Amino acid sequence: MPEGENLVSVYIMGKQYQVPAGLTIQKAMEWAGYKLLRGCGCRGGFCGACGTVYRVAGDYKLKVGLACQTVVVDGMYLAQIPFFPAPKAIYDITKTPPTAASIVRLYPETLRCLQCGTCRKVCPQELDVMEYMAAAMRGDIAKVADLSFDCLMCGLCAVRCPAETVQYNVAILCRRLYGRYIAPRAKHLAARVEEVQAGKFDAELAALKAASKEELQKQYNARQIEPE
Amino acid sequence: MSYTTAMLESIKKVEETRARRLHEAHPRLTPQERQELLQAFHPDYIRQSMRELRVGPNKGSRTPNELADLLEARPILAPDFDLSRVDYDVDVLIIGGGGAGSAAALLAQETLAALNSDGRKVLLATKLRHGDANTMMAQGGIQAADKENDSPAIHYLDVLGGGGFHNDPDLVEALVRDAPSVIQWLEGLGCMFDKMPDGTMKTIHGGGTCRKRMHAARDYSGAEIMRTLRDEVRNRQIPVVEFSPAVELLLDDKGQCAGAVLKNLETEEYLVVRAKTTIIATGGSGRLHYQSFPTTNHYGATGDGLVLAYRLGAKLAFMDTMQYHPTGVAFPEQILGLLVTEKVRGLGAQLTNVDGAQFIYPLETRDVVSAAIIRECKERGKGISTPTGQVGVWLDSPMIEILKGEGTIRRELPAMWRQYMRFNIDMTRQPILTYPTLHYQNGGIAIQPDCSTSIPNLFVAGEASGGVHGRNRLMGNSLLDVTVFGRRAGVAAAQRSREVVLGQLTLQHLAAWQRQLKEAGLQPTITAPMILPDYTRHVHRAELANVEGVGAE
Repeated sequence: MPEGENLVSVYIMGKQYQVPAGLTIQKAMEWAGYKLLRGCGCRGGFCGACGTVYRVAGDYKLKVGLACQTVVVDGMYLAQIPFFPAPKAIYDITKTPPTAASIVRLYPETLRCLQCGTCRKVCPQELDVMEYMAAAMRGDIAKVADLSFDCLMCGLCAVRCPAETVQYNVAILCRRLYGRYIAPRAKHLAARVEEVQAGKFDAELAALKAASKEELQKQYNARQIEPE
Repeated sequence: MSYTTAMLESIKKVEETRARRLHEAHPRLTPQERQELLQAFHPDYIRQSMRELRVGPNKGSRTPNELADLLEARPILAPDFDLSRVDYDVDVLIIGGGGAGSAAALLAQETLAALNSDGRKVLLATKLRHGDANTMMAQGGIQAADKENDSPAIHYLDVLGGGGFHNDPDLVEALVRDAPSVIQWLEGLGCMFDKMPDGTMKTIHGGGTCRKRMHAARDYSGAEIMRTLRDEVRNRQIPVVEFSPAVELLLDDKGQCAGAVLKNLETEEYLVVRAKTTIIATGGSGRLHYQSFPTTNHYGATGDGLVLAYRLGAKLAFMDTMQYHPTGVAFPEQILGLLVTEKVRGLGAQLTNVDGAQFIYPLETRDVVSAAIIRECKERGKGISTPTGQVGVWLDSPMIEILKGEGTIRRELPAMWRQYMRFNIDMTRQPILTYPTLHYQNGGIAIQPDCSTSIPNLFVAGEASGGVHGRNRLMGNSLLDVTVFGRRAGVAAAQRSREVVLGQLTLQHLAAWQRQLKEAGLQPTITAPMILPDYTRHVHRAELANVEGVGAE
């Protein structure tokens, strides 16, 4: 062990280890010899694979973090939640109107939400989950979409919910409904798709495919750059 | 975890030059300057980092040593592995649960349904969870020429130029031609692209683009697409088997690809999948850490699909070039190597050295910017050092707030802002330290525009394929690649599956492979595919021996 290394005590699956301070939970587990299978995904805070619940010795409070982003602290008792059964409703988005009725039909337990705020406290992205659940119950789909956008679907909210709602699945339903039905469609996009289908760019593309490297280089260097 | 004194002093200089720099653009390089810079400083040009392959379809071609080791390795299974018990019998097997795999699953299912193929089956097998893929972490955006001042032809030119004019023209045509309809498809599935109030897509520049055609969903573009596609795959009830990577592809006695053997990572049992068609969508290989670079890639990116296809005799293309993203996190150490999206530069942030001076136009192509940063630090000694010995340059993010208005970063880059705030760095007020990080596998298994390969019934889509991006991919063309070619692979595989009659399943190609290794004089000690990298600390026996009570070996 390197001399003078600053070490902290952590408890992994109940076993005590001395690991270098400054390591993330994930790297501390690997340093202790655990090869991760579950609970490890992007290692960068985007995928929700590594939701971790922990306590610190002497404190009753339950804390959460993503194992890939959270640095270990002395006296940390940690447990990962790599899998927790939660309902995922099956729906045909083309036949699901963007309404409160749709949400309740697909996730009826949503109406059991007590607005207790446990979900908001436990979210590693610090999203206002309670607020978006209130919006969901009102049928304010746009608000759910906006407030839940950064959700990693790690599932910690559903794990802790006393009413057994599945917040993150309600949220993605609302985001998709917003994207499909509420956000206005891009008209220029529809127009361009038609143009491509009608063959408007066929000749130009064929010419480019047949062009020599020198000709392409010339055209490339002569490109007009759209200003910022 | 906060900036050191030396770093703070350098930041003062960055702040001093900022007002002037807001109105200054560093000149772009000439084509010759770009080439000279690349040859002198880009990691691809370090000869001893690569070697010639000694066996297989690309014998004689150069590729990074770490990948060569796996391509020349022993198989995990024996040629006489028992294939008599078939666990899954399907029409389309998709290996890989990222953007390409999920897009393929959706289109395969739709195609089979449209062809009135009742009872036909699609199976998606993935190494970790469905959605654990590089797609989930892509931040900047997805390119498509859907604005009036743009066209697929202009997009084509950008892609070619970025790729060094080495791209496969037919693949590029497919990419740019399908792009607008792919965006429309994603919009219809409910992806929340950034839009103006009237629905017009908000689009920006990326490195190497001449039109603002990068569509984004804040800086969660990849996550937004991945979550949506994954949700839709579940809605269609397409079977997904997780934590079950493919360890070998199967052939039949007629030389057709006939499926794969999966391994349940937890029970360690093998599962035989007989499949009329197989789509490889296994993504990239950043976790091989070429030249010991850190990587932006997810945990499972170990190039498995390349190894499996190579053993069957499929040729690889452009395997001597890897993309290093110029701005990987260089500080703090806990998030070293993670992606700092090109969008930060797209929004106006400049790169500066320790003296607060610019040294490169920030939106040259990625290979050029990477080489410039390496030159600035290594040759010119103008980098900034961290306590762990990492070196980097400043990316002056506060400029974004000045140029685009306060609140821009929190609105457009929420993921990044949050990532740094976790470590007490407010990127709206302080610049961030960056250095090139291993990001993307430019090449891969060679494909046709319908994603077919030289092996009958074997298709490839996404980062695992080669030819679309030539020798260098542009920002926003990877999310486009996975959706365009994932869809094409799904359609083509489903259509092909209706004609396929499979013979007897076999792994005899493994015996042929072992003969080839022997003939080449190779005695590999490792097996491949790698499946997962090993980051566990291995305590040395000598160390243990010094501990009381533990005997020496």
